[in-house]
Amino acid sequence: MNEFRYLENVTTLKLDADACIGCGMCEVVCPHTVFEVAAKKAHIRDLGGCMECGACAANCPVQAINVTPGVGCASYIIQTWIKGKDAIIECC
Amino acid sequence: MMNDRAQKLQGPVISNQGCCPDGDSSGQCEKPLQPFTIPMVGPVDDDAPCCGPKPGPPSSPFERPGYRLRHFVDDFVATPIGQVPRVETDLKAEDFLGTLRARGGISRDRYRVAPGLYCVGDPADDSAVLVTANYKLSFDSLRKELDNVDAWIIVLDTRGINVWCAAGKRTFSTEEVIRQVKRVGLEKLVSHRELVLPQLGAPGVSSHEVKKGCGFKVIWGPIRARDIKRFLANGGKAETGMRQLTFTMGERLVLIPVELSLITKPTLAILLALFLLSGISPDIFSVTAAWSRGGYATVAYFLGVLAGAVVVPAILPWLPARQFYVKGIMAGLLSGILAILIFADAISSLETVTLLLLSLAVSSYAAMNFTGATPFTSPSGVEKEMRQGIPIQIIAVLISIVAWVSVPFLG
Repeated sequence: MNEFRYLENVTTLKLDADACIGCGMCEVVCPHTVFEVAAKKAHIRDLGGCMECGACAANCPVQAINVTPGVGCASYIIQTWIKGKDAIIECC
Repeated sequence: MMNDRAQKLQGPVISNQGCCPDGDSSGQCEKPLQPFTIPMVGPVDDDAPCCGPKPGPPSSPFERPGYRLRHFVDDFVATPIGQVPRVETDLKAEDFLGTLRARGGISRDRYRVAPGLYCVGDPADDSAVLVTANYKLSFDSLRKELDNVDAWIIVLDTRGINVWCAAGKRTFSTEEVIRQVKRVGLEKLVSHRELVLPQLGAPGVSSHEVKKGCGFKVIWGPIRARDIKRFLANGGKAETGMRQLTFTMGERLVLIPVELSLITKPTLAILLALFLLSGISPDIFSVTAAWSRGGYATVAYFLGVLAGAVVVPAILPWLPARQFYVKGIMAGLLSGILAILIFADAISSLETVTLLLLSLAVSSYAAMNFTGATPFTSPSGVEKEMRQGIPIQIIAVLISIVAWVSVPFLG
């Protein structure tokens, strides 16, 4: 996926290294190899590759990862602008 | 198992171990069912007096009143939790036709299979359990990779949405995995406690919550179904490539028809507006101008749609900017120039600018909407670029409308 890069420095992804137990689940589920586990701790090796899908946070057993998950879809975001964040959105 | 042809013709023998033939072991049936056979329809006498063509073959012994037997089911396997449909691993003409329709955006939301338990090959209690979505394209792309594989398949009710999008919409979810595992009674079917889930389902499924909820451990399988065989052969280990997304030319091109079909709805309203705006004249309204100038604007509009929804997806990696609205402007410049060249002899210089801006804005907007079909755009990023792109698109459209309408009054 190296030929496809999206905007850098926008992701809401945060990793709490102190809470991490190094289980490696984030490394397994991330489809863009954002994480890397070394010395029993997960590290973010490619922050810009994150697309905020939320797979890592959902599968972290100790809630060491925080990200505002969502779909990177313009027509979805337009609907949230019009109808509000909590509205039921039909999309994509 | 009922591989035996003679037995097949007599109809299925329901084992007395299970009770519910649809695989639902809700535990409500207390008495075990007695074995029974469905008698075959008697052979049709070829010499019998007959009008019209000969009658077709008798109904399949697997048919049940009130249910529809799907063409991809070739047998029903008796298991401790009831009869489980066995699916074929080769796709037929009607599957390809269905794929074409779904890819074209026709009744895509109704292209589904029934959620629940299926199997392929000759699975036993130690066979792998693969989990997928009930969008038929997802189901087909999995089963066609499973020739010579013995496995159970649990289809989740994702409301007919593919794994990745369903995980985003939370219909491919922790709760749904737990619900289906319990509903089919999986713990009575297999001796192990593992489920293989597609990696792209991970945004919706929390593996440790699934374990807590139903006792089954989630094994994250490969992203693409075509790697599943090698994954199983590796003993449930995915190689790095199996875990990384791709977005190849082919993967991008198949998405274009649906993108175009999503645009058709606003298109009708836009065309009407273009014709009305084109007809405004010093004599209030000119039907002739509406047709001729409306025609120019329509062509510029459609070239913009082509640029944003076809050209941008096709040459995505080679368009230099990262923002999709900018990629759309680049492609829209070309489509706008093309529109100008087509009508060079018929339009004024002000109209030239108008057609260029219109084509550019449409292309930029259509390209921006393609973000939803890609597997690498983050919502934070899309929102950021929309805050830049949408004002530019609106300004371009407003300028072109004002210029277009004022042309007849300046002449």
